[in-house]
Amino acid sequence: MSGKGGCFIGASLSAVDVIVYLYKRFLKIPRLDSPERDYFFLSKGHDVPALYGLFAELGMIERERLANHLSPDDSIYWHPNRKIPGVEFHSGSLGHLLPVAVGVALDFKIRKASNRVVVMTGDGELDEGSNWEALLVAAAYKLDNLVVVVDRNEFQANVRTEELIPLEPLEEKFAAFRAAPISIDGHDFADLARGFSKIPLRAGAPSVVIAKTRRGKGLPSIEARADRWFCNFSDAEVEQLLKELHGAVGTQLVSETLTVR
Amino acid sequence: MNYEQTLKQLALADDRIIVMTAENRAPVRSLPQALGDRFIDTGITEQCMIGAAAGLALRGRIVVTHALATFLTLRAYEFIRTDVGLGNLPVKLVGFVPGFLSDGNGPTHQAIEDIAILRVIPPMKIFCPADHEELAAGLPAIVNDPAPWYVRYNTRPAVIKHSETFEIGRAETLSTGKDVALLVYGALFKEAWEAKQLLESRGVGVRLVNLRTVKPIDDAAVLEAIKATRLTVTLEDHFLTGGLYSIVAELCLKARLAPRVLPIAFENRWFRPGRLDEVIESEGFTGEQISKRIVAQLAEA
Repeated sequence: MSGKGGCFIGASLSAVDVIVYLYKRFLKIPRLDSPERDYFFLSKGHDVPALYGLFAELGMIERERLANHLSPDDSIYWHPNRKIPGVEFHSGSLGHLLPVAVGVALDFKIRKASNRVVVMTGDGELDEGSNWEALLVAAAYKLDNLVVVVDRNEFQANVRTEELIPLEPLEEKFAAFRAAPISIDGHDFADLARGFSKIPLRAGAPSVVIAKTRRGKGLPSIEARADRWFCNFSDAEVEQLLKELHGAVGTQLVSETLTVR
Repeated sequence: MNYEQTLKQLALADDRIIVMTAENRAPVRSLPQALGDRFIDTGITEQCMIGAAAGLALRGRIVVTHALATFLTLRAYEFIRTDVGLGNLPVKLVGFVPGFLSDGNGPTHQAIEDIAILRVIPPMKIFCPADHEELAAGLPAIVNDPAPWYVRYNTRPAVIKHSETFEIGRAETLSTGKDVALLVYGALFKEAWEAKQLLESRGVGVRLVNLRTVKPIDDAAVLEAIKATRLTVTLEDHFLTGGLYSIVAELCLKARLAPRVLPIAFENRWFRPGRLDEVIESEGFTGEQISKRIVAQLAEA
């Protein structure tokens, strides 16, 4: 996916460990259409490679289908959509799925059901005011079945969050909105377990898990680099990067860096 | 039954129905008590309300949302387009004080581009009731239709007893005069009716069409009215661009018609605020003023 048109590989690598943890350890999804299932919403919609890669690993979509990336005959493009089994709702426009998740959480509350609703946002995405509207409403309606997970990789599309619109102190901001926040290492499965085992973090309040992550995690050649958010690598680079991911030496990247936003 | 009573009755009979508001309670004052936790007030958060309405609809709910028409359609527009529209979800958007009904509020509250911006959203349908009776009469069909809808909320008193029962996509043709086709939707039905009476008393034949749903539009009724008369008038408290005048133009192009049309709308301007009756008069939209413009137009050619 990161060649032949490219994809948002940098942002996907910061989120993928958290998404894997959620699907393997936290979310209860007996069947994709089960009324008993928990909901996962990927509000930072550019993490399609992480999400669909996981779906393929879990057998939710056929592995071969990923080869249809960017084919107009399939629906595997840069942002998630409901034509892909397992995607609860489309995203792409930032600041949307926290409000949508509030609606789903409200429905479960009205039904007195115990399903949980997890929504993953970016940190740059928190610039959007609609998130803060949704947090006000979630706190007012005591939505402790709602879990907001922030992929805190400290980057927006082009620059570091703290150099543009600083978010810190982030935990305090969420606490001031009457949510219950916790910060964890988003690449450490033991720490992820420490954070998610305590959900809801406070009865009667939405939980917020701030997952501290690294853009491009696992690939030192592109790690924490603003210019490697969206990548379109050559075949040779992809081959090298796969080796790098498994511990080989760094890749010599010659493909041009892209500014797509 | 009025709007609120009708909505209450529908919601009590069907527990899929959720009533939401972004702190605009005037149209739904008694519903918190009647519906309990199926009444959700999100405070002054139009974006969050629409996003949450989409979430509720994903769970099988039919969600009837309320806010002032400008804030609902403009502040939350991208949420309407991207969550409700793209998701094709049964969320009903009820816009309070649209068009002239914002009377003394001023331009911040003048929803006079609402038809233009909502009709371009593929699955969105639009209901513009002529008065409070038609609003209540049409509501069950709107709520039970699986599409997203925008409703131009209008509680002006009825000036006539409507002849035909409400049906989505069906206009009400109230007369079949052969001089002028008067096409109207929503609150200006009253002025259109008064203009019709005045014109007829002066010997001008009027074909009055109350459109009811401007999307889907009753194209057969509109084209028939255009063909059967010498002059077509589009009357709306909306910008000239994108509303009924544009809809009629699109229909005519498609049907290869080039009729004489007199549009009565706001051309590139907001209107001067004040008490409703006085605003209508100062803007030249009374039945008397409309009838005079039509007579002058007919005399021209």
